[in-house]
Amino acid sequence: MKRILSLLITCVILFATMAITPVSAETADEAEPKYSGEVNVYNWGEYISPGDDGGLDVIAEFESRYGIKVNYTNFETNEELYNVLVNSNSSYDVIIPSDYMVARLREEGMLLKLDFNNIPNYKNIDDRFRNQDFDPDSEYSVPYSWGFIALVYNTKMIPEGEITGFKDMWNPKYQNSVLMFNNSRDALAIAMQLCDPPIDPGSASFSEEDIDRATDKLIELKDGGSLKKYVMDQVFTEMEGSQAALAPYYAGDIATMMDNNEDLDFVIPEEGSNLFIDSMCIPSCCKNKENAELFINFMCDPEIAAANAEYIYYGTPNTAALELMDEDYRESELVNPPAEFVDKCYKFTNIDDQTYSLMQENFIKACTGRADSGSKVLVMILLGIMIIASLIVVALNIRRGIRNRGRIQKI
Amino acid sequence: MKKPGQKIYLIIIMAFLYAPILYLIAYSFNNGKTSVWKGFTWKWYEALFRDAQIMGSLKNTLTIALLAAIIATILGTLAAIGIYNFKGGVRSAIQNISNIPIINPEIVTGVSLMLLFTFAGTMLGFEMGFWTVLLAHIGFCTPYVILNVTPRIRQMDSSLYEAALDLGCSPVKAFFKVVIHELMPGILSGFLISFTYSLDDFVITYFTRGARFQTLPVQIYTMTHQRINPKANALSAIMFVTILTLLIISNIVTSRKDKEAAR
Amino acid sequence: MKSKRPSIPYLGWMLVFTIVPLLMVLYYAFTDKAGNFTLKNFVNVSDYSHIFLYSLYVALISTVICLVLAYPLSFFISRCTQRKQSVIIMFLMVPMWMNFLLRVYAWVLILQTNGPLDTLLQIFGIHTTLINNTGAVIVGMVYEFLPFMILPIQSVMSKIDNSLIEAAQDLGCNGLYVFRKVVFPLSVPGIISGVTMVFVPTASTFLVAQYLGGDQLMIGDDIERVFQFNHNTGSAIALVLMVVILGFLVFMNRFGDKEAVGR
Repeated sequence: MKRILSLLITCVILFATMAITPVSAETADEAEPKYSGEVNVYNWGEYISPGDDGGLDVIAEFESRYGIKVNYTNFETNEELYNVLVNSNSSYDVIIPSDYMVARLREEGMLLKLDFNNIPNYKNIDDRFRNQDFDPDSEYSVPYSWGFIALVYNTKMIPEGEITGFKDMWNPKYQNSVLMFNNSRDALAIAMQLCDPPIDPGSASFSEEDIDRATDKLIELKDGGSLKKYVMDQVFTEMEGSQAALAPYYAGDIATMMDNNEDLDFVIPEEGSNLFIDSMCIPSCCKNKENAELFINFMCDPEIAAANAEYIYYGTPNTAALELMDEDYRESELVNPPAEFVDKCYKFTNIDDQTYSLMQENFIKACTGRADSGSKVLVMILLGIMIIASLIVVALNIRRGIRNRGRIQKI
Repeated sequence: MKKPGQKIYLIIIMAFLYAPILYLIAYSFNNGKTSVWKGFTWKWYEALFRDAQIMGSLKNTLTIALLAAIIATILGTLAAIGIYNFKGGVRSAIQNISNIPIINPEIVTGVSLMLLFTFAGTMLGFEMGFWTVLLAHIGFCTPYVILNVTPRIRQMDSSLYEAALDLGCSPVKAFFKVVIHELMPGILSGFLISFTYSLDDFVITYFTRGARFQTLPVQIYTMTHQRINPKANALSAIMFVTILTLLIISNIVTSRKDKEAAR
Repeated sequence: MKSKRPSIPYLGWMLVFTIVPLLMVLYYAFTDKAGNFTLKNFVNVSDYSHIFLYSLYVALISTVICLVLAYPLSFFISRCTQRKQSVIIMFLMVPMWMNFLLRVYAWVLILQTNGPLDTLLQIFGIHTTLINNTGAVIVGMVYEFLPFMILPIQSVMSKIDNSLIEAAQDLGCNGLYVFRKVVFPLSVPGIISGVTMVFVPTASTFLVAQYLGGDQLMIGDDIERVFQFNHNTGSAIALVLMVVILGFLVFMNRFGDKEAVGR
């Protein structure tokens, strides 16, 4: 009885909660329009203007303008996006991968051609960003943002002028206070530039030896003691909270971090870095193509593009939007880096599956270190003991079982 | 009767267990995102309730937990009865296999189910989501139901069922009036355990949810693994209060029944 | 009632959702991407041996710490009145019911650089990083699983009749002797239960190291990462983990039997 009572109380409270939640969600949104369709958008985190801090809530604006529900989810890396598209049979309508991933998806037939009749705002996109290597005839993608990788550091922990490039990340003086990208391409690219002789991170393929050398370089970061942690979005907490001293990251995000912590400053790395263009595409698993093109068109609207650029602080390929931006934005080095730097920059190209797997595999080794032969032998011995001991015990149990049955039968 | 040393030790351990949670709750009222106190505010709670994604996840979690618990209980009770009637060696083999989801590390179960669903998904053309999560949850809840019901079956007097038949009940009626009634405590505790495990499951749900289906534990992961998010603090506070209330109520009810029984 | 038929739905379920996924793990572990038989995956697994050893090491230390902390506490609790025991147990269960990730997140907040604990220690002149190292991971694990060690031991100990202890004392035994000869042997089933319930999840845990740890991954995180790009090696690692855990369980079982029978 007591259990039934507690069960009933549990159910009552739970159903009460369930009943309340739809109500609270609705009253908060007030007059929620009835949607006549939906669009599934898959984008980087913190990559659209959310409407906090006085900006424009782009998603809400789209929903109220067109009456189409936006299902907005995030991915952290291009690799995650690719894995999800390939392995999970999910359907997305708009995705926003980086250049090399667009190339890969396009070559593997995973993108749909865009109907530019439905995207008239495409005229706002700067010519410089059209017909890039990753989409030579610009049939599959519409540029969304562009940027490069720079370094952010805490001026209270590292004096100004000490940092000039990526190589300073390896300086053992900065014990346990340097962060690094937690994805194989970006991390290995930085390591490759610093190898001796340097490897071009923008090339179309890498030999096993190249990858090995880059991995060794990354392991040096760990062994030298300067590495604190491999991070992606966690870098915001770490730098804004003054918990780490130095990190490479995407220029636009560095601007955001600097806004939130006045002790931070940036450095344009002297070695040059990755110049990337993120573009909007429609994957072949799309179920709402018209809505997808409508969304893409909407994002190219000058005011919308300007709102997004203002929030994420990445370069915008949209010339009409650029005219709406303020002085600070147009003159910022993080948005408009000096020409000598851009010349040293490289762009990622699509690499083949095998090389890519090799890179990811080696990256895990860079993260965790290489296993020495001692551990390998130890684990094999342990495994052997476990298997033999288990077999012995099982055999003993069976023998005991047979003996017991015999004894019972005698009785 | 307890020495002061024992009491102090108990208090220290309790403090250790509760301090982090209380810290979370205290800072859910902080008007800032760092550990620096910037003033009292309810804004994170407001943000929490306005967040449609979190509310959606909560609904998903409750739905899955309820459905999984109900189906697992029915499936498990029937299974426990049937398995009991197998003979020695076969019975223990079946019981061992049935216990695999319990003893296997969650990550192995999660990964193996992901392999199954991805393979089946490509063959049969479906997407991982609500149904795969539900199936996975039923999979790991049912063994717990069986574990809870089987001891009751052992204690039950099987002649009761036959007596009911002799007295003129149809087999179905006898089944419900006698067997289910006898097994009820085990069935209920199995149901509660299933519900609890399903509610809080993260690892298995993470691997079987596909790309978009969110339950609350998965949502919490998204909220907390990237940036500090005080909405998570607010959520903890609400969960804590709910759990404490439920447990206190159940405790009071139990002790009242015990007192009555003792009289 | 004597029929085995009610168990058929569950037996079918078990086949599809427990056995088949494990067979798939087996299949993927022994084949390469093209489907040909190969042992290369296990060679790859040996590259992660140090992660295995690290996980087992962390699990072992966490389990021992939990045992040392929980054992006296369980004993003290078991000597209280029934009423007090159920109240204390209830308060122990509240943190258990809180979401796993939120509890880890609480420690992230507490241990973060320039967080509360760090600031407090800096006042005393201790400058060190509290988070992103093995110590933080162990603290997190102990915090998560301490109740899982306390409850089984307390449950077994509460069945140890006080009169046994009193009798031993009457016969002239001192405290240590009573513990060795009376309390400890009788509590062994609880210890076995507790150790199993803590060691298995700790060794195979997923995410605690990502939140609290530094650059060292644990085997659970490793499996997830490897699975993202190589199902075969991932399955191989999962298989090895399963074998190690099952070996451990078999050993624990046998040890428990021995003690229980008193050989």
